Amino acid sequence: MDIKDGRTVKGINFVGLRDAGNPVELAKKYSEQGADELVFLDISATDEKRKTLIHLVEELSIEINIPFTVGGGISTLNDVDLLLKAGADKVSLNSSVVKNPNLIKEISQRFGNQCVVVAVDSKQIEDQDFVFVNGGKIKTELHTLDWVKRAEELGAGEILLTSMDFDGTKQGFDVRLLKQVSEICNLPLIASGGAGKIEDFTEVFTQTNATGALAASIFHFGEIEIPDLKLNLKNNRIAIR
Amino acid sequence: MIAIIDYGAGNIKSVQNAVEKLGFETILTSDFDEIRNAEKVIFPGVGEASTAMKFLKEKKLEQLIPTLKQPFLGICLGQQLLCQFSEEGETECLGIFDVNVKKFPTTQIVPHMGWNNLEKTDSKILKNVLNEDNFYFVHSYYCEIGKETSSVCDYILPFSATLEKNNFYGTQFHPEKSGDVGSKILENFLNLN
Repeated sequence: MDIKDGRTVKGINFVGLRDAGNPVELAKKYSEQGADELVFLDISATDEKRKTLIHLVEELSIEINIPFTVGGGISTLNDVDLLLKAGADKVSLNSSVVKNPNLIKEISQRFGNQCVVVAVDSKQIEDQDFVFVNGGKIKTELHTLDWVKRAEELGAGEILLTSMDFDGTKQGFDVRLLKQVSEICNLPLIASGGAGKIEDFTEVFTQTNATGALAASIFHFGEIEIPDLKLNLKNNRIAIR
Repeated sequence: MIAIIDYGAGNIKSVQNAVEKLGFETILTSDFDEIRNAEKVIFPGVGEASTAMKFLKEKKLEQLIPTLKQPFLGICLGQQLLCQFSEEGETECLGIFDVNVKKFPTTQIVPHMGWNNLEKTDSKILKNVLNEDNFYFVHSYYCEIGKETSSVCDYILPFSATLEKNNFYGTQFHPEKSGDVGSKILENFLNLN
C-alpha cells in the first residue's frame, strides 16, 4: 500500500494518484482474506509527517497478526528503531541506501538482516536497467543487477523489486527483469509492478524464482479477491499457504 | 501477569499486542524480580544471539531463566537461546534444550522467510493445530532435531520448529505473526497450568 498523509493511494507509472481508502481497514481485510504479508510505503514522508506514520504503524500492529514492512523516508538508525518499536517487522529502504549504502550494513548489524528490505525501483533505458530514486523521479547511474548484488553483500535480507515500466499497467510482472535478478541474488525476492490478472501471478512464480509477488490496485479496487487468487495458485501446484 | 522479556531489540510490541488481544495482562520487562514473579514468561526474539546473551548476562537473567518453574515460551531467537550453543556469534546459550543452533547452508534462499507447515507430535501448545496449518518463519539459523523436538519444519533440511522440555517451550516461527493459527498457539501456552 502506498500511503500519503495517512491514506492509501495508488498511481500509474508512479504518477496520477487516486485515493484507495483507509490503510488500517484495508490491512484488516487483506489479513483476514489470507494475504501473507503487507507492505506500507509512505510516499509523502517528510519530517513533520513522520509522526502520522509512526501512529499508523502502532495501530496496524494492534490490528493485524501477519508480518508487515514499512518504508518511505527512512534514512537513519533512529528511524528504523522507532518503526520497529512501533510494531513494524521490517523496514524498506530505497533512496537513502543508494546515497549511503553502508546504512544497509549498519541496520542489519544492529537489528538483524531479516528486517532489512532493500526496495529497488528499476527502469529500462535502451536495453539497460537503471535504478531510480526519490519515488522514481531521479535516475541514477547504478545498474539494477549491480545494485542488487551490492545490497546483498552489504546485508540486505530481502529485495523488493519494482519495475517502473510495468507498474500500474496491469500487463503482468516484468518476468525478464525478475529472472535476471533472481539468477544473481540468493535473497527472498518480491516481484512488484504490473499485476493485472490471476495468471500474472502463476506466470511470475513458474517463470522466475521470485519468492513473493506484490500487488496493490487490483486488490484495492476489488478486481482480484485474495482467496480466489490463492485457490488458483494452489490448483496450479504453486506452493503457497 | 505475563512477563515479556524486553532486551531492546526487534519487534516485541506485536507479541505484547497479540497476548493482550487474548485478554491477558502483560509487562515488558528485563527486571530480575518481575520475571521471577510472573505467572508466565515469554521470551520473544528478533536479533543476534551473542548480543542477546550478553544482555541476559548483564541483567543476571542467564542465571534466573534455567531456574524458573512457571511456563516459559521462547520465540525464534528466544527458542535458539534456550539451546546449548549457537553458531551465530559462537555463543554459549542457556542450555535447556539438548540441541545446538546452526547456520543454514546457502544451497537455497537464506534467510528462510515465509510460511511453512509442521510435522507435529502430541504437544500441549500445538493442541488444535493441524499438520497443514502454516506458520510464519524468518531466520538464518535453525535448531537441530533432538529428543525434545515437538514439531519439525522442513526448509533446506528438517529442523526443530518447536521444542519442549518440562515448563520450557520454544517456537522457531512467530506465533504472533502467524494469523489465527498463531494466536491458537499463544492461547494454548497462556492457558497452561
